[in-house]
Amino acid sequence: MRDARASRSTITLKLLMAASGLLFILFVLLHMYGNLKAFSGHDAYNEYAEHLRTLGEPMLPFEGFLWIQRTTLVVALVVHVYAAATLWRRARGARTQRYVMKKNLASSFSSRWMRWGGLTILLFLIWHLVQFSFGKVNVAGGETNDPYNLLVDTFETWWMTLIYLAAMFALGMHLHHGTWSAAQTLGLTNNVRARRNAKSLGWILAVVIAGGFSLVPICVLAGVITK
Amino acid sequence: MTDMPDTTLTGDPSHDAPADHGDDAAGYYTPGDPIRDTKAPEGPIDERWQTRKFEARLVNPANRRKLDIIIVGTGLAGASAAATLGEAGYNVKSFCYQDSPRRAHSIAAQGGINAAKNYKEDGDSAHRLFYDTVKGGDYRSRESNVYRLAEVSTNIIDQCVAQGVPFAREYGGLLDNRSFGGVQVSRTFYARGQTGQQLLIGAYQAMERQVAAGTVEQFTRHEMLELIVVDGKARGIIARDMVTGEIQTHLADVVVLASGGYGNVFFLSTNAMGSNVTAAWRAHRKGAYMANPCYTQIHPTCIPVTGSHQSKLTLMSESLRNDGRIWVPKKKSDCEKDPREIPEEDRDYYLERIYPSFGNLVPRDIASRAAKNVCDEGRGVGPEVDGVRRGVYLDFSSAIERLGRDGIEEKYDNLFDMYARITGENPYETPMRIYPAVHYVMGGLWVDYDLQSTIPGLFVTGEANFSDHGANRLGASALMQGLADGYFVLPHTIRDYLADGPFEKIQESHPAVVEARQAVEERVTHFLSTNGTRSVDSYHRELGNIMWEYCGMERTEDGLKKAIDLIRTLKDDFWRNVKVLGTADSLNQSLEKAGRVADFMELGELMCIDALNRRESCGGHFRGESQTEDGEALRHDDQFAYVAAWEFAGDGELPVLHKEDLVYTAIEMKQRSYK
Amino acid sequence: MKVTLKIWRQPDAASKGAMHTYELDGVSSDMSFLEMLDVLNEDLIAKGEDPVAFDSDCREGICGMCGLMINGQAHGPEVTTTCQLHMRSFKDGDEIVIEPWRSDAFPVIKDLVVDRSAFDRIIQAGGYISVNTGSAPEAHSVPVPRDDAIRAFNVATCIGCGACVAACPNGSASLFMGAKITHLGELPQGQPERDTRVVGMVAQHDAEGFGGCTNIGECTAACPKEIPLDVISRLNWDLHAALRHGR
Repeated sequence: MRDARASRSTITLKLLMAASGLLFILFVLLHMYGNLKAFSGHDAYNEYAEHLRTLGEPMLPFEGFLWIQRTTLVVALVVHVYAAATLWRRARGARTQRYVMKKNLASSFSSRWMRWGGLTILLFLIWHLVQFSFGKVNVAGGETNDPYNLLVDTFETWWMTLIYLAAMFALGMHLHHGTWSAAQTLGLTNNVRARRNAKSLGWILAVVIAGGFSLVPICVLAGVITK
Repeated sequence: MTDMPDTTLTGDPSHDAPADHGDDAAGYYTPGDPIRDTKAPEGPIDERWQTRKFEARLVNPANRRKLDIIIVGTGLAGASAAATLGEAGYNVKSFCYQDSPRRAHSIAAQGGINAAKNYKEDGDSAHRLFYDTVKGGDYRSRESNVYRLAEVSTNIIDQCVAQGVPFAREYGGLLDNRSFGGVQVSRTFYARGQTGQQLLIGAYQAMERQVAAGTVEQFTRHEMLELIVVDGKARGIIARDMVTGEIQTHLADVVVLASGGYGNVFFLSTNAMGSNVTAAWRAHRKGAYMANPCYTQIHPTCIPVTGSHQSKLTLMSESLRNDGRIWVPKKKSDCEKDPREIPEEDRDYYLERIYPSFGNLVPRDIASRAAKNVCDEGRGVGPEVDGVRRGVYLDFSSAIERLGRDGIEEKYDNLFDMYARITGENPYETPMRIYPAVHYVMGGLWVDYDLQSTIPGLFVTGEANFSDHGANRLGASALMQGLADGYFVLPHTIRDYLADGPFEKIQESHPAVVEARQAVEERVTHFLSTNGTRSVDSYHRELGNIMWEYCGMERTEDGLKKAIDLIRTLKDDFWRNVKVLGTADSLNQSLEKAGRVADFMELGELMCIDALNRRESCGGHFRGESQTEDGEALRHDDQFAYVAAWEFAGDGELPVLHKEDLVYTAIEMKQRSYK
Repeated sequence: MKVTLKIWRQPDAASKGAMHTYELDGVSSDMSFLEMLDVLNEDLIAKGEDPVAFDSDCREGICGMCGLMINGQAHGPEVTTTCQLHMRSFKDGDEIVIEPWRSDAFPVIKDLVVDRSAFDRIIQAGGYISVNTGSAPEAHSVPVPRDDAIRAFNVATCIGCGACVAACPNGSASLFMGAKITHLGELPQGQPERDTRVVGMVAQHDAEGFGGCTNIGECTAACPKEIPLDVISRLNWDLHAALRHGR
């Protein structure tokens, strides 16, 4: 192909997907770490939430860091979803006549569930932002301007905890395959050992991040974290 | 270079005087005028190729794109020629019946490729490779051609390495060589057990590059069904698009056949299912002589037939004979027993018994014939197929004791795996069973030094021609010949012919074109309208049985005559009673096979006549009537040091035999002995 | 033994196909899978029915011509080509579902025969080293580290059968492409065209309508030559490099 350009290939789309995915991994790792502040009690947690707004001052204005981070994440999200949707459409077009019988031999459940899992996480994300960032919804009917209390109120509601745990399961799955997949797409797994390491890293990140996130709701529901 | 004594052949006094017998094939052929290669220059053998390359006329680069070349076949010989001629700027059309050029059967070659690089400094040279090849061919090849082959062999390696063929290498990063097929120098380059695959992919990629460049147009799933000859010159082909069934006319200035060998005339062989003689046979019927068609190489170490469903045979590397011991039970009653329960004293290690000095390492044809003999005696092992057990044991138990299982694994693991996969038996525990199978044909269309057939403008390369291997081919030489022809020989010799071109344009309405096309259409219509009772495969299988029985490892006058009768009857029945379903205008695999089997029948008959005529044993051709007291092959150089080139004289007419005397100036003829 | 075969029958590319059921008795466990189909075809011909069209040529696992989806697995239950699969992998009474490779880039020609010429076009787009016949330097002038040569060989054993595409839920040909990119990219001779090769081949791959890779590994599990997933990493790496170099 004489007019071929690297930038127009499916692999470039995947590179964008991998790069945006790495940003998300970094973000959820920090977010999860921040959530664990809930174990330090009401004041420490709220102080941490406030600190996020003043981070970088006086170089940055109030909430400056947060907005930079939000903008970056929104751009990454758009890229990630756009690439995913395009590749999904391609994949559907690549096999319009399905098999009568098809077995999966080597692929993990998480890898085959990336698209639906991703969609689940996206829906969850919207709810999560509505609940904790923009809308501030307290399902227990309590106050919404105290981050710590909002958190405890939420997870004391059993079905909210269930929704969050389900979402964390989806996130864990997504991270499990996504981490390895990003490494492979970035061309970092060019031998057996690197491949094995990338797969292990996927497991570790999935367990640490999804597990770390899940601790808080579980502990709230179990009464370990209280108002 | 030529330190060998110059001896022109006048008959070897060491031979038994020729037995007084009549002409075995009298009544089966018409004697014709002698034929001669007029293209090889005179002079010292090591200068002939240089001279020819210089004397062959050049084609102006500006004219090349006006010249159309048709190449049939995309194996090593065809793909390499397409790539090279495309690079030179000619207009190439390449045809293959497979769905991609990369699938041609060269891909299945395992062992390696010879080249006189002398990287091991073990005394190799072009002259020694030439010498080994002529000797290996039992002095039935043309010396000028063989010398050239040896000479260009080194260029092949350079070319393939540059293309990215991943040959085996030593720790220092240089190419590794091994010794192959009993020669005493290490000149075989290899890529594990898949040398043919790697070389073919190299040639295929080079050809695809030319497809992208627009110099080569490829026609896959197309089968050549007729040659177009206009005013005595090959000017094109009639091909069938196997997907749409369309009969197409392709015209050109020159036609190259690189369509491979015809081992499938035996039905069971190591060839691919689709390998066929049709392209070559159609050319033969149009005037190209067929040379030495009876020269067949039968490989002793194949996996035996398991039943009447068998569709092909699989070769295992001959290297297995280095450590395995071949035996059969002494008593017929033991043949059904578990081999491990047969005590040592009841085993007949027949090769070690008959050939004490070479034992299991006797040449391919001797090992093959001995296996057939013991099985015919009723001492074969394995499943009974059509009343005979065709198999002998190849036993590694003593080698495993000696080298340990690890030692054997290291050497033969992939072969043992292959055997286990196909047979379901574990060769580490029970002895392997092997049996000979047809592997390669040395015979083919007659060509001169320029690789041009007796039809001007029709060139023949690779296994499809006859020239380089004589009566027997050395291991690792087939790949060498295919690539030598395609990369380095044909591109030079074809230009001498094309220098007269572009030839007068012909129209599709030309009577010769119309006739060729009609012939193809009539055949297709005939097959589809016969509505008989027998499938094409059943005829093919029967033909194969006849050929294997009477024109296989051992041929006799009576057997060959019987075979000719049987084939004629079968052919008759085939044309009246074959059942081909489906339509002409779609993918129709039965129809494809019908045309191929029809041509195999005619070829089979000619092979038997050729074998009948050649009342001597040489290389892969063993005549029961021509052996020493010990059962060794016996050549008759005084009578048969010639190439038998057969001319087609018409349906129902006897073939005409033209003899090309073989003259050796750079090598002395010797009789071999393996006792 | 006796088996029930459910086979995709489709008279030509334009027609709609459907699964047909055939009972076949007298199958020997020593038969290869394709020999079993030969026997079925002989039966069908005897009955005056159109035999099942399927591709095969060398029948020794190297030409890559054969390839069937057998019970939902490319080339069937063993890691080998369809022609090297034997009936001893099945049991008496088994039902065997046989379909062609399913990929819009491999349109069905008839029954189980598909058109894989897309692979040729991917190779044409750069899967070679440009060296005209006769212009090659002496073979020993460029040593190649043995490990590189071995890796190049291991991935060059790809037979182009298309099982990777058939098995991939996305219908991607990345394993096929990666094998060629890695084969030529491992060798010093392949370096000058490394960027143009990957860009050309990937563009052709996309133009043929193959899907994108999601690194899930079905391809390598189906590959009869066990080409590893590393080659896709290498493919991606090379594409990056080409991007960085402004290709």
